[in-house]
Parts: sequence; C-alpha cells; structure tokens
Amino acid sequence: MSEATTIVRVPVRLTVNGKSVSAEIDPRTLLVQFLRETLDLTGTHVGCDTSQCGACVVHLDGVAVKSCTVLAAQADGASVTTIEGLATGGKLHPMQEAFRENHGLQCGFCTPGMIMSAVDLVARFGPDLDEATIRENLDGNICRCTGYHNIVKSVAAGAAAMGSAEAPRAAE
Amino acid sequence: MNASVSSSVTPIGAAVRRKEDHRFITGKGRYTDDLDRPGQTYAYFVRSPYAHARIRHIDPTAAKAMPGVVDVLTGADIAADGLGDLICGWMIHSKDGSPMKMGSHPALAKEKVRYVGDHVAVVIAETLNEAKDAALAVEVEYELLPAVADLATATDGEQIHDCAPRNTAFEWELGDKAATEAAFARAAKVTSIDIVNNRLAPNAIEPRAAIGEYDSGDEAFTLWTTSQNPHVARLVLSAFVGIAPENKLRVIAPDVGGGFGSKIFIYAEETVCAWASKKVGRPVKWTADRSEAFLSDAHGRDHITHAELAMDEAGHIIGFRIKTRANMGAYLSTFASSIPTYLYATLLSGQYAIPAIYCEVDAIYTTTAPVDAYRGAGRPEATFLLERIVEKAARERGEDPAEFRRRNFIKSFPHQTPVIMCYDAGDYVASLDKALEVADYKGFPARRAESERNGKLRGIGLSAYIEACGIAPSAAVGSLGAGVGLWESAEVRVNPTGNVEVLTGSHSHGQGHETTFAQLVSARLGIPIDQVSVVHGDTDKVQFGMGTYGSRSGAVGMSAIVKALDKVEAKAKKIAAHMLEASEGDIEFKDGRFTVAGTDRSLAFAEVALNAYVAHKFPTSEIEPGLKEGAFYDPTNFTFPAGCHICELEVDPETGVVEIKSFVAIDDFGEIINPMIVEGQVHGGIGQGIGQALMEGVTYDEDGQLVTGSYMDYTMPRAGDLPSFTVGMTQTRCPSNPLGIKGCGEAGAIGAPPAVINALTNALGTEDVPMPATPSRVWAIAQARASRLAAE
Repeated sequence: MSEATTIVRVPVRLTVNGKSVSAEIDPRTLLVQFLRETLDLTGTHVGCDTSQCGACVVHLDGVAVKSCTVLAAQADGASVTTIEGLATGGKLHPMQEAFRENHGLQCGFCTPGMIMSAVDLVARFGPDLDEATIRENLDGNICRCTGYHNIVKSVAAGAAAMGSAEAPRAAE
Repeated sequence: MNASVSSSVTPIGAAVRRKEDHRFITGKGRYTDDLDRPGQTYAYFVRSPYAHARIRHIDPTAAKAMPGVVDVLTGADIAADGLGDLICGWMIHSKDGSPMKMGSHPALAKEKVRYVGDHVAVVIAETLNEAKDAALAVEVEYELLPAVADLATATDGEQIHDCAPRNTAFEWELGDKAATEAAFARAAKVTSIDIVNNRLAPNAIEPRAAIGEYDSGDEAFTLWTTSQNPHVARLVLSAFVGIAPENKLRVIAPDVGGGFGSKIFIYAEETVCAWASKKVGRPVKWTADRSEAFLSDAHGRDHITHAELAMDEAGHIIGFRIKTRANMGAYLSTFASSIPTYLYATLLSGQYAIPAIYCEVDAIYTTTAPVDAYRGAGRPEATFLLERIVEKAARERGEDPAEFRRRNFIKSFPHQTPVIMCYDAGDYVASLDKALEVADYKGFPARRAESERNGKLRGIGLSAYIEACGIAPSAAVGSLGAGVGLWESAEVRVNPTGNVEVLTGSHSHGQGHETTFAQLVSARLGIPIDQVSVVHGDTDKVQFGMGTYGSRSGAVGMSAIVKALDKVEAKAKKIAAHMLEASEGDIEFKDGRFTVAGTDRSLAFAEVALNAYVAHKFPTSEIEPGLKEGAFYDPTNFTFPAGCHICELEVDPETGVVEIKSFVAIDDFGEIINPMIVEGQVHGGIGQGIGQALMEGVTYDEDGQLVTGSYMDYTMPRAGDLPSFTVGMTQTRCPSNPLGIKGCGEAGAIGAPPAVINALTNALGTEDVPMPATPSRVWAIAQARASRLAAE
C-alpha cells in the first residue's frame, strides 16, 4: 500500500447474540460483512446486491433489518441477533422448529433471513397470523425453492407456537 | 433392544422430517462462500460492457500497480498456458449431416467478446474491495461490432463465430416429414399457433462461487464450487480444459443453495479460480454478486416457434409439425445443444397418440449470455407449445378442452411415439379426472358468473404434461450425441458398529437426499435413520457420479443405492450363515435381523456387521472381511412422470392484475419415498412455472445490454404473488427401475405455465397472450377486449 494512502479505521462496539464484540474496521464495511467475515457468523447470507432478497435479515435492537444495507459502524452500540443466536439454551426457537416441522426450507440458503423476518413479523402483528398477512409481509424475502407454500405454513405454525409459549407470561 | 430399533425404522412412504434441516435452520450450513482458506486472495472479473466487440488491446499495468493487487490475468495467459476451451458435451448433427458449429469459448476472451458480461480479465487481490477497485483500472480497447440481440433476426446479423455462418449452430430435425405432410394433406382441420417461450434467469438464491487452491507439495488442485455435479466438473476441467489430471484435481461441492440447472455447467469463473490458484501460488476465491449472476449464469428457454396441429373430422389429432428457433446465446454451454433437441422434440407427443410428428429446430447464436438447461430443460418448452395448441384446437372446435384431451390420450402401454420415446406406464385419464374433480371443473361457470358480477374476468386452464426423466440409458444417450454416460454410482459402507455411510454420485442442493436416501437404507436394513449418513459432493470421497438434474436422483441415484444394498445383504447373509452355523440358503433377512428360516435363531444387523470386520467366525479364504459394497446403475429407459394441472384465475380489467384463485396439480410420480419432500418439489416447480407465465422475462435491448440485471428489474415471484397450491397424486409404478420411481423435480415448472396461460386466454377471450403476462400486458389486452365488445 502506498504511503499516500491513509488507512481509516473506525472502532465499533456492539452486542452480537448476547456477546460483547469490538473491532477496528474499514468504515465502508457492511454489517453483513462484519458478521460473516470478522465474526465468522456465516449463517447470515448474501443473495443479491439490491436489498431485495432478504437472505441477510438480522435483528438490530429487536427490529428486522437487511444487514447488507446497514454499515457495521451504524450498528455501533446496538444489539444484533443473527440466526445463530435465535436458539437459546440448546433449544430451538419455535420458528426454527416450525420451519423444520412444516418443510419450510429446501436448499436452506434463504432460510436464516426468512426465519428472522418471520420472528419479526410475529413481533409486529402478533401470533395469530392469517395467510394474507404472512404473504404480504414476507415480500422482502425471496425463496426460489419452495413456492412459499410451506414457508407460509411454517410461519403460521411458528407464530402460534410463539404465542402459546408467551401466553403464561402474558397472564401474569 | 430389538423393539426399540425396529420402532425407529423409517418406512418408505413416510413423511420423515429432514435430517439436513437442523444445520440450515441454525445457520450452520456450509456453503462455498462460507469457507475461507489460509492465505486466500479474491478474484474479480473484468467483464465486457459491450455485446459484441473485437479486443484490440488489454493493458493491465495500472491495475497491477494498485494497492493489494496480486496479479491481473487475461486470455493471453490462458493461451500461453495451453488451456483448452470450455466445451459443449453433446454433439448434434444438422439435417445435412454436418456436425454442430461450436464456437471457440476460452475462459477469458482472446480476440473477441460476445455478450455483455463476457470475461475479459481477472484481477486477484488481497481483498475483494481492492480487486474491484483495480478492475476499473484495467484498460481494454474495444472495436465495437454490431450486436445481435434479437433472436428473430439473428441469422441476418453480424457473424458472431467464424465457424458459424448465419449465426447458426445447427439445423436439426426429428420425426417423419413425409408421414406428417401426408397427415396434413388429409386433415379435416388444422390449428396453428405462434409461440414465444420467454427467456428466464434461473436465480438460485445462492450465487455461484468458487475457491481454487493449489498444493505445490502434492502438485494437486482443490476446487470448492457451487456445482450440481462435481465429478462432471472435474472430468471437463481435466480432460478438456486441462487444468490437471483427474487424480490431481479434487472438486468439492459443499452445501449448495439451489441449482435448477444453472449449476450443472462448467463456467469461466470457476475454471479461472482453479487455474489462477497455481499462477499466484495462493487460494483464489470468487463469489458472484447477483448482477454478475444475471449477466453470466446460463439462462433458460428462449424459443420462437410456429406449429400446426392436424385433426380428422372426429377431432383425433393426426399430425403435428413444428418449426422452432432456439436461442443458444453467445457460446454453446455445457449441455446447451441437447436442450432444444433431444430434451424438447422427443416430448412433443405429450400425453397424446399422435401418429405423425415432424420437428425442425434451428439453434442460433446471439450476443447474449449462453442458454442451457433450466428446471425442466426443453420439456417445459415442448409442453407449453403442445398444451397451448391443444387448448386452442379444442376451443376452435367448440369443444371442452378436457374432453378433447381425453379423446386423444394414449391409453395403452407401452406406447412408442414417433419421436423416439417409448412410454412405459401411465394413466392420463386418471390424473385428468382427479384434477377435474379436485378443481371442481363443473362448478366453474357459476364462479365465472360471480366474478363477472364483481367486474372481474375469470378463466380456467388445463395442462396435461409428460416429461422424460432419469436421463437415461447410457447407450441411448450416447447414440444421440451425449459425450458422457448417464448412470449413477453408489457405495454403501457398513461400519463395524452397524451404522452406515452411503456415498452417492447424486448431489443435493435442496432436494433432501440426506433424508430420502437414508430413509431408503433405514427401511431396507432395519436400522434407525439417524444411523445412516449420506456423503456426497466430494470427488475424493465418492468414486464417481453424474450428479443431479433431470429429476434423476430418485430413479437413477437411488437405484444405484438399491444395487449396492443388494450386494451388502447378500454378503451379510453369507457371514450370518457361518455365525448361525446354518446354510446360506436358509438365512432370511427381515426387519433388521438375520434369521434361520423356521427357527428362533437370529442375529441383529449390527452383530453381523461387527463380525464382518472382526472376521472371527468365517473363513476369510472364502469371504473377504468387511461389509462395504459399491454399484453402478444404468437405467433401462427414461422415466415418464405425467399429470394434469388446472389453474383458475381472475383478472381485474381495470388494473391488469391477475390473481390465481386456485392451482391444482395431480401428478403421477410412480412410487414415492417421502411424500413431504415430493410435495415440496411440486410446490417449488409450480412457483417457478407461474413465475414464467406471469412475471419473469430476461430482456436485452437492441444493443445487447441486459435490461433485467437485478431484482429491481427482473420480477421474482414473492410470497404475495402466489397462492397455496392443491397437490395430489395418482400412481402407476415405473417398470424400469427397482424402486418404481419416476421423479418429481421438474413437473411443476413444466405443467404450470400452459395451465396459467390457458386460464388467462380463457378469461380474456383471446389466444394472443404472451409470457410473461405482466399486469401492463394483461391490462392492454383487457382494454382491447372491452373496446371490441363495446363495438359489437
């Protein structure tokens, strides 16, 4: 590298899947690159370059974002959950379980983003989801294998399971 | 213990949940781009911005001086190393007997570029960003030539390859011309149609990727790549391109995120990564971005066809003649020549007894991305044509299209068509009847009236498809020009503790082989499915394989496993006989136990497995120790899945928006191992088929620039665009393989487009509805219809 080039690095500190991480990064680093390349969390995928396919969806402070469209530096101080952080205590998240139970995946490439979007969908619309709501609100995630038929079933089942898991707490 | 083992055995026909899913739903899948190699560099390709140009000069000097750049390589370097061209592995001969004109296709262009996205140079750098930055600094001087982007006029355009006058790769024919002419001469009625089968981008959501690595100690290469058929990739890269001898080239296709045909082929980028890893002495990684995928993944379909159907007075089809112009793109891709020929014209008889068929296909070069197999590969083109013209013929006769089809169905088997194929089994009336019932065909007029009251146009459309799968007896495809045999191999390795590894030459990229194949072994050997592992996608582990495409993994890949299991069982029986001190002929194997017939003396499978390895109780002079058997299975015929799809839809004439109200698919796939996975395959195929009918279309402008180069421009079906599907089965067993399987991977993509367009033409009252029938097109047709009706 020539001496004239100034290497700019910016510090970031964030929480990823409950663990505190910090690094000095190239400021143009995308959040998805930071997750995949710096942290080796390769469950978050890249399927396009126009923020259309949704394979890269993660939760940023509890809200679904396309991590290909967020700079890692923008996530400074935030909390990020990826597909790797969804299962807790060795137990699958109900939405993960629902995708397996309902054959909601084939090649698996869009699946992490699809599951993260589905969990967000439940957060936004509640656990009792009809087919039209699911279809309309999955428009940011493209799947080429399933024709969405079993994804829609999976999301409905996963949402219901999330609802019944939360019900005791809601009753308190 | 015996009870618990047998209770967890998974029978054939059970909807077992997939073994592979755990890693995918937890983010632990291992796709090519997830892998990194020590010391890895990054490749970025300099691509032609022009559709057709002569390369006058390439100057990489400035790029080489950029930060982080390791090297810049061009076609001159490929030539200097004596590398061979990328090839097309299926020889087609023209009507005049001349071999197809295969234009030279180096992995990096030498004198000319022939489509936007053609590979001009590769920049290899420490980081991807540095490679991209330096790619902009590679100076290329082009002399522009006229683009040849329009298939209809391409034969009059600028010549693209020196070897191919009139841009024609071949002019091919199939069928009996004289018999067909005679049928038309005596026809009471002729229906004709003009069809454009729209060009599609396959769009597996995982973009193609590769890592090449050269080990200078062993003088051997490893290529990790997104391949549906790693052994074929190794064979081509070795025998034709000359990267390395086969024994010095390992190809690994790890988890692959969808293929749909596009990952069968041996492309420039993967080839360059392997070759360049030795040049730079470090691993070289490349991952396509989606824009690159649109530019350089092989596209599918793209036919222009005129066809005529001859009928007698009673409405029997007596002849069918077809003239098709097929777009091959700029180069003949790996299997491109077989798609519009032997995978297309051989299916033009469909489900119908047609005594005379004659088909001509002109394969034409254009300055566009290469065109090759995409889900269905030739069979969707044949089915769309036939099911559109049959529908039109019925309507012109004023007859119910279902009844016209029924009259003309093939009803006895085997049935030899006039276009090579000999159908072995089927029941087309059964799938039609079931589809009509499930779709409530009789209730359609009432539903249409209801739609009309709401200002909507409702339509219903059928498609009765057949496909030829398995692909196929090796000698048969060899006689038709294939450069390879199309069998499959398998190895069943029983471990001393009684669990099993199955090594298969099939490759799973979404099809669920790790489950279905294990299910087969579990049922056969009587061991729990979690004691069976399926190994695929690595040429160092699996001896050989032809890969996964053409819905062949069940019919051919699993048949190879059955053959290997037969051998395992036979050997285990010999060992069990010695252990039980009985004669081999008295040993029965059932539910995971070897029993001396008529006694209670028996051994569990695991006990025999252990004894096979410790070898204490049988004479090793007669029986070799170990329990591991391999097999190659060559099919005796294609398989012939068939079915009937019915689409019912509603058009809003004010917006042109089409809403699919119901989609019924009744398919005959023969025996089914795992119905959950089979139905999933059908769903996905229908999704892609509806995409072709209503949304998708690759478009180049007149200068050969790709207009549909991203998901902002190319319409992918999304969840809100599709309905839930109604999927059902009828069943006739496939007689040509031991499991009776026909295959299910492509049916949806084949059956759906004509069902949708037949419904749409029915709704709109015109036969002239092009694919993709986008809202703007449908709106224009609906408005024209309204004006016409107002004038009447």
